[in-house]
Amino acid sequence: MDSQAVNIKNSKSKKKISNRRKNDIKWAYILILPTVLGITIFYVGAFFQNLFYSFTDMGAFGKWSWIGIDNYKRLIFDPEVRQTLINTLKYTIFSVPCTIIVAIVVAALLNSKIKGIGIYRTLFFLPAVTMPAAIAMVWKWLYNGQFGLVNSLLAKIGINGPAWIADPRFALPAIVVVSVWMSIGFNMVILLAGLQGIPQSYYEAASIDGATPIQQFFKITIPLLSPTIFFISIMALIKAFQTFDLIYLMIGKSSVAMDKTRTIVYLFYKYAFEWYEKGYAAAIAVLIFIIIMIVTIIQLRLQKKWVHYE
Amino acid sequence: MKKILSIILCVALMTTMLVGCGDKATSGQSDQGQKQGNEPVTLTFALWDKNQEPVMQEIVKKFEETHPNIKVDVQLTPYKQYFTKLETAAQGGEVPDVFWMNGPRFMKYAANGILMPITEKVKSENIDLSKYPQGLIDLYSYKDNLYGIPKDWDVTALWYNKRLFDEAGVDYPTNEWTWEDMKEAAKKLTNTDKGVYGIAARADTQEGAYNTIPACGGYIISDDRTKSGYDTAGNAEGIKVWIDLIKEGVSPTVPEMDDTSPISMFQSEKVAMIYAASWNVPEFMKNEMIKDNVDLVVMPKIKGNRGAVIHGLSNVIYSGTKHPEEAWELVKYLASKEANEIWAKSGVVIPAHTEALDIWKNSYPNINLQAFIDTLDYATMYPSTVNTKWFEVEWDTYIEMWNEQISVEEGCKIIYDEMTKALKQDK
Repeated sequence: MDSQAVNIKNSKSKKKISNRRKNDIKWAYILILPTVLGITIFYVGAFFQNLFYSFTDMGAFGKWSWIGIDNYKRLIFDPEVRQTLINTLKYTIFSVPCTIIVAIVVAALLNSKIKGIGIYRTLFFLPAVTMPAAIAMVWKWLYNGQFGLVNSLLAKIGINGPAWIADPRFALPAIVVVSVWMSIGFNMVILLAGLQGIPQSYYEAASIDGATPIQQFFKITIPLLSPTIFFISIMALIKAFQTFDLIYLMIGKSSVAMDKTRTIVYLFYKYAFEWYEKGYAAAIAVLIFIIIMIVTIIQLRLQKKWVHYE
Repeated sequence: MKKILSIILCVALMTTMLVGCGDKATSGQSDQGQKQGNEPVTLTFALWDKNQEPVMQEIVKKFEETHPNIKVDVQLTPYKQYFTKLETAAQGGEVPDVFWMNGPRFMKYAANGILMPITEKVKSENIDLSKYPQGLIDLYSYKDNLYGIPKDWDVTALWYNKRLFDEAGVDYPTNEWTWEDMKEAAKKLTNTDKGVYGIAARADTQEGAYNTIPACGGYIISDDRTKSGYDTAGNAEGIKVWIDLIKEGVSPTVPEMDDTSPISMFQSEKVAMIYAASWNVPEFMKNEMIKDNVDLVVMPKIKGNRGAVIHGLSNVIYSGTKHPEEAWELVKYLASKEANEIWAKSGVVIPAHTEALDIWKNSYPNINLQAFIDTLDYATMYPSTVNTKWFEVEWDTYIEMWNEQISVEEGCKIIYDEMTKALKQDK
């Protein structure tokens, strides 16, 4: 209601101070120009450039010629594309719900009034500010089949642990664990902000009516947090589809687990920067774009079903 | 509609983030060298071996003393990223003035005009090419032009850990060993309780099958670089001998070797024998745990035959360099006897200049470096093609064969087809 009133007021006074407003608009544009230029050149420009290259056979040292939709035809019948898509989907299906659930639980716990809450929040946020390369190196060492900490702990309770990231059966779940651990911090901060926007009076009213904390969590916290959950689920999904760094750093080029963990973005990298078939790599990038767009549109459509805006 | 449009735009932005990331990876060099006049010219020099970088710095220091107008900025990039970076840099015209080149990539860079031919300069300055291994001069020639003077060469030998041999009561390897002798020793050396294996059957090319394949009568590429040898029985046999070692349980498995590299296992005394190339000498000799316990012999004979592959690096000049004269001065100095003697003394690599070989042999007098020099007699040339994708396919296929996901015959067929395709494109 307030904003409507402001709008009416604005439109009324528009003619009066139109010169000043023009000036304001001019400055607004000047101020956003650097960002707009940056995005146009490095993102929008690169996007169309990539789209163009996907119709060429661009290879070593940037030499290319136009080949129409041949790259896309090849894409459809490429078993490697299929395998990497399956891997990416598996990865997404495991990692996205885990990330969200763990982040909500941690955020809800860290929203309570306990001693040293600042320390706990910092500890959970630390992975988010650590370089992925460093995280990958440490976890690689933890996961080492013969000398890793994980297996030496398992040995204490009599379990002979596998070579986690070198074994095709365990490599993908092992990577998912690291990625979930890595992303808790970022998601937790956003969820905490959402949690703190929920008025205490709702909980007070609920407890007077005799609702248990569990009931309160599902009947008050989750619905009121749903816009935030919606936001992080979109972000987490896009991130999951673009997973590359952990797999590049943790799964060796000569690993037998590579086939079962290689994601679609990794395949893109392999074609673009190892095999120098940049035209085909560009087509893979377009495919990734289309998939992410479809999934995001579906999410936006489903939004009406479960996201509550106040 | 507006909403859909904004979704498309947002997703486009997020996706291009990853597409764009590769394009901007320039090599980070500056244009310091552009200044004219008395200001010193700065050349950039790219290499990938961290063991060799300090020696290179030492040589550069000597070079800068005699060439006060030239400064050299040595840039180290790990091998895993070196050629990715170089290729991206070449696309943007930001290539280092002088850089290391290896055999497999050479033809591709020469054919694409990235390298400056030095045939005329070598002639006019009377550089005696007979001082360098002829095979390496051939390797770095393309269409009658020479593009680089060899800086070193490397071959593989059989290394062994004396302490583990003593513990198991096995006689040390000799130059006369056969593959069967090696296998028998490996069986006795394998001790599962201690997690020690007899030998590491590496899924490797230069430090593995490229040596056993010629010993079994096969070849990687024909001498005129037109045909793949992966359709011969010798190639399949040269690969099988390795896989048998894993099957017999005397070698770590492929996942184990992926978790901890075979070279690290050898250095932590988890494997008693390993095929390792000459570039490992400094690393082994710096390792306090094994430096007094290891030695080497030439690789064993297979059914009475010997085989080996030789490879070497060379220093090449970027065709688009702003300072061709200065770059040539540097390359010439790096090829000189003086520079080679510094390499030789360091013991890091085998210097390409034959007159420096004796110094190199004595760089680590405690180990039998002569084994590498003996191997030179029968070593065959490392393969090189313009189209290099098959090297990657070969590597991936090796892993699959070693891990027994596919049979050796299937694997050889895959590599043969890929190589044949590449060789067709070369023409």
